[in-house]
Amino acid sequence: MSPGAPGADSAPLLVLDGVTKSFGAVAALRGVHLELHPGEAHALVGENGAGKSTLVKILAGAHAPDTGRMTLDGQPLELRGPADARAAGIAVIYQEPTLFPDLSVAENIFMGRQPLRGLRRIDTAAMNRDAERLFARLGVRIDPARPARGLSIADQQLVEIAKALSFDARILVMDEPTAALSGVEVERLFGVARSLCERGAAVLFISHRFDEVFDLCQRITVLRDGAWVSSDRAADLTVDEVVRRMVGREVSSLYPKQDAPLRDTLLEVRGLTRAGVFSDVSFSVRGGEIVALAGLVGAGRSEVARAVFGVDRYDAGEVRVAGTVLPPGSPRKAIAAGMALVPEDRRQQGLVMELSVERNATLARRRALSRLGLLLGGAERAEARRWTRRLQVKTSRLTAPVATLSGGNQQKVVLAKWLATEPRILIIDEPTRGIDVGTKAEVHRLLSELANEGLAILMISSELPEVLGMADRVLVMHEGRLVRELPRAEADETSVMFAATGQGAQA
Amino acid sequence: MSVTAGAPERVDGHPPTGPDPRRRGLAERLLAVRELSLLLALAALVLVTTLRNERFLSGQSVKDLLLGCAILVILAVGQTLVIVTRNVDLSVGSILGLVAFATGSLFLAAPGTPWPVALLLGVALGALCGVVNGGLIAVAKVPALVITLGTLYAFRGVDYYWASGRQINAADMPRSFLRLGNQTVLGVPVLFLVALVVVAVVGYYLRAYRSGRELYAIGSEPAAARLSGIPVGRRVFAVFVANGALAGLAGVLYAARFGTLDAAAGTGLELQVVAAAVVGGVAIFGGSGSAYGAALGAVLLTTIGSSLAVLRIDPFWQQAVVGALILAAIGLDRLLAVRMAARLRGRSAHGA
Amino acid sequence: MAHDSLYAAPPVGAEAEPPGAGGERGAGRLAGLRGALGSWDAAVVAALVVATLLASATVQNFATGRNVQFLLLDLVPLALLALPMTLIVITGEIDLSVASTVGLCSTLMGQMWLSSGLSLELICVLVVLLGAVLGAFNGVFVTGFGLPSLAVTIGTLALYRGLSFVVLGDQAVADFPGDWTAAAVRSIPGTSIPVAVVPVLLLALVFGVVLHATPAGRALYAMGNNDQAATFAGVSVARTKFWLFVASGAVCGLVGVFWTLRYASARGDNATGLELTVVTAVLLGGVSIFGGRGGLIGVVAGVLLLGVLRNALQLADVDANALTIVTGALLIASVVLPNAVADVRGRLHRRRQRATPVAR
Repeated sequence: MSPGAPGADSAPLLVLDGVTKSFGAVAALRGVHLELHPGEAHALVGENGAGKSTLVKILAGAHAPDTGRMTLDGQPLELRGPADARAAGIAVIYQEPTLFPDLSVAENIFMGRQPLRGLRRIDTAAMNRDAERLFARLGVRIDPARPARGLSIADQQLVEIAKALSFDARILVMDEPTAALSGVEVERLFGVARSLCERGAAVLFISHRFDEVFDLCQRITVLRDGAWVSSDRAADLTVDEVVRRMVGREVSSLYPKQDAPLRDTLLEVRGLTRAGVFSDVSFSVRGGEIVALAGLVGAGRSEVARAVFGVDRYDAGEVRVAGTVLPPGSPRKAIAAGMALVPEDRRQQGLVMELSVERNATLARRRALSRLGLLLGGAERAEARRWTRRLQVKTSRLTAPVATLSGGNQQKVVLAKWLATEPRILIIDEPTRGIDVGTKAEVHRLLSELANEGLAILMISSELPEVLGMADRVLVMHEGRLVRELPRAEADETSVMFAATGQGAQA
Repeated sequence: MSVTAGAPERVDGHPPTGPDPRRRGLAERLLAVRELSLLLALAALVLVTTLRNERFLSGQSVKDLLLGCAILVILAVGQTLVIVTRNVDLSVGSILGLVAFATGSLFLAAPGTPWPVALLLGVALGALCGVVNGGLIAVAKVPALVITLGTLYAFRGVDYYWASGRQINAADMPRSFLRLGNQTVLGVPVLFLVALVVVAVVGYYLRAYRSGRELYAIGSEPAAARLSGIPVGRRVFAVFVANGALAGLAGVLYAARFGTLDAAAGTGLELQVVAAAVVGGVAIFGGSGSAYGAALGAVLLTTIGSSLAVLRIDPFWQQAVVGALILAAIGLDRLLAVRMAARLRGRSAHGA
Repeated sequence: MAHDSLYAAPPVGAEAEPPGAGGERGAGRLAGLRGALGSWDAAVVAALVVATLLASATVQNFATGRNVQFLLLDLVPLALLALPMTLIVITGEIDLSVASTVGLCSTLMGQMWLSSGLSLELICVLVVLLGAVLGAFNGVFVTGFGLPSLAVTIGTLALYRGLSFVVLGDQAVADFPGDWTAAAVRSIPGTSIPVAVVPVLLLALVFGVVLHATPAGRALYAMGNNDQAATFAGVSVARTKFWLFVASGAVCGLVGVFWTLRYASARGDNATGLELTVVTAVLLGGVSIFGGRGGLIGVVAGVLLLGVLRNALQLADVDANALTIVTGALLIASVVLPNAVADVRGRLHRRRQRATPVAR
């Protein structure tokens, strides 16, 4: 398990050594080691928040590492920006495609490298031809002259891939490119990746889908909490072994969900459908119960949560809170009915980063705290203090902008904000993403406590151990549908993973 | 630029029976639709007005019209460069006024100056104002709207301070220079020809040059522009300098056309310029629009003014019509965008 | 306006500081920026005090009752318009049509007085309501059709100004009853403070309370910073913005009435160009054009500072038009300085923090 050593049959193309990167208080990468060999597909796996995306950003030249060194062909490599990375032959396909919606597909592919004719003018015809040739290699048909706006995620991903192909990348980095792709599209993508490898390029593949990892890659590097764990030949590993290394701790001890008496059904969702996103989702959650919604990224879990809470509209189905139908499309009414949603994206949806801890903690409760329509004196302060104390938020003062807190404490502020509304139903999306182990345990203890107090909790999580440790029942989604429901006794890594990757349906 | 030759055995059978690459793209065609609709509106306006009074198309009237719109066209084209990158420059009216007055003062101080020198100096002064705008925006990291609102006042204030109530008259300027403002070539005013050259050059640059396309990329998705290695800061700075230079050019032409100059020249012009660009289909939040469209927008706005007079509609309606036109234009663009998005969603299927 | 701008600050998280480190050394770039802006109110107030003292000491006739009366009267429209503008900019929108709305309201008032035979009391009420309707028109375009407020209000800027010329042409209606026009400029007995200042103060109080001490005010800041998070917290973003535009229109109606009476003249070009001064005052008062930051005290101080400086320089015989340099320079300084200071501080801090320089 020494870095990159086992059976390296060629000199490495790209080496990262001792790379660290911190964002304020949060150490995203701690001394990571990675070797990419020519002609090899290398998988990078780890839980959410393990530092994979940060590593990708460093390879792309978008972040500079704090310490550590990179070499390309044995020469020191310094990336001062994305342009440097591109010049070094590193192509990155991001999880979220980064296209220019107003420009044509061909321009998106060749931006800054458009084929020229006389007087350094862009040769549009040649550019479109080249783009078509690239799409032909990928075996797809996208009109190169159409604007990128309106392309499906899968098509956007294909444009990104065509872009990577176009500059003859020696190193292709793919950050969960398959999340939005269908089986055929994935096969096609892998075909391209393999042909690149055959011609001496190196591929770094990041994915949560182990079948794909073992299908494509010859070598697997595991990251955990920003640190390098191991790099081995794929042939020497099993899925179980990889999962164990990713999680790296005993599952049961960390997740203290206690059995709480089950009460009445509080949340009932029937036939919920949003065209093209999820369809016919039905489930219910009782007071005192924690129900986990598991599945791969992109399976539609967060979308279901958003629709239930009223942030998004839905095309069919209904949501009932304690037997009463909740009008769709109004978070305000959902809150009034006793529902709370701790969203997946803390920065964008959970918090107003520039506002103080106090304001954030009381934002959803500002009406209830006002007297005669006025928010005077210390009403907010007192409320914020009550909840930040209960959740042990560590902050110098309540007036500090919430952006100055660490990830874990930010998450506690989001929780405080929603618990302050005294909800009956708590929907919590990725409760512990990107927060440290200590705080994770606190959050889990809190959830268990809340369930004990009679709350109905719907928890969305991509971390299997969390799902297995916390949930009374596990609902598994795959491609927009609920495919399995597993009671606690039957839920284990294999059964959940099988269902989540679409194999469970047949099992 | 190198396209990797695909390993042939990997290419699955069907060569794309796809679209002819020579054909213009959907985005471009839509843009053309936008420009075409402007042309149609313009033609309809001219037609109706001429039917009412055939003298509207007489030589003198057309000449006046072309003269009247030349300066606005130049400014609108410059503004297009800026707006396309998701910025805006509100200081153009003040730059124009400052340069116009500076040009007059130059002739006052050195009567023998040949006009090409004055022209170059004017453009340079405009570019310098652009450097101030671009530099402040880079330092302050706040939207261009705020900075150029500030320089709108500052440049105008400098102008007033300098003029301190003086007026420069046509008599103070050399005849050769003033002729530039009113001369015609084959019946077309020189001023308008200059504007045409500006439109053609900028329009072609935006369409056919890499850095021109990068401006659209910056306005379309700034974050993605950075990730793809486009020097965003440098490009935006350059755009403000270019726009300043064009405003400077407009200022010199203004001096040549009107002859009589005080420090108030071009006051309030900035909003007309933005209006022309918006009416011409330049999206106010960047990423799309063309110099041709903006120029047509400027011509349309100017023509409306002249037509109203001929149609014996109270000339006071002019500004109201301009306002309604802006609202209609952004509403129409929105509608087009929504419909295009719906249409494109339908086409997103890719053969397997 | 809250759309991501090219020169937006880097993502906040990237600069976040350890919570425990607090205090002097932990104050990173973000905290520095906050500090610089947080004390902005104080800075503007201090600048106002200094400017007033300096002007009183050095400029002849500045500290006279008559001058104070004129200064304050001149500031009434600006101060009134700045109130709703503050709230609108805090939500990340902008209303450039305010001056044109004032103009249209003024000419409508003149036209009604000329030809409708209604009582002036009723006309005044109608004009304020009309202003609200004009604001609602903006609101529908912005929140209903989802169009950028910058473009919409540039359109209505031209439209309303044009219509105000349509209403009265280049004529003016000037035969308003003398007791009404005198009332507009009358001072509180025994002082040199105009009566018109009283409603301004009352409205400022109302807007201040709404912004700083009500649930709605909290929502304004939240949606200006992050409308997604605000939506998740149950804020009706579109509805709130719509009513802000209505309020802005109504205040414009009020200013239209005041303007007409004060100058005893309803004309199509009343208040031309005032919109940019209003925006300047609001930004000078420390409101961020990105939305989400700023307060009413700063804005009121900003309005007064602008007024004092212009008045004093005018008395000192500086050409009134050249004073626009002051307006422009103040505006630029108010946005450049805090950023530059924060930038330098952040850079120094990071240099101290680690020996290895970090690119970008």
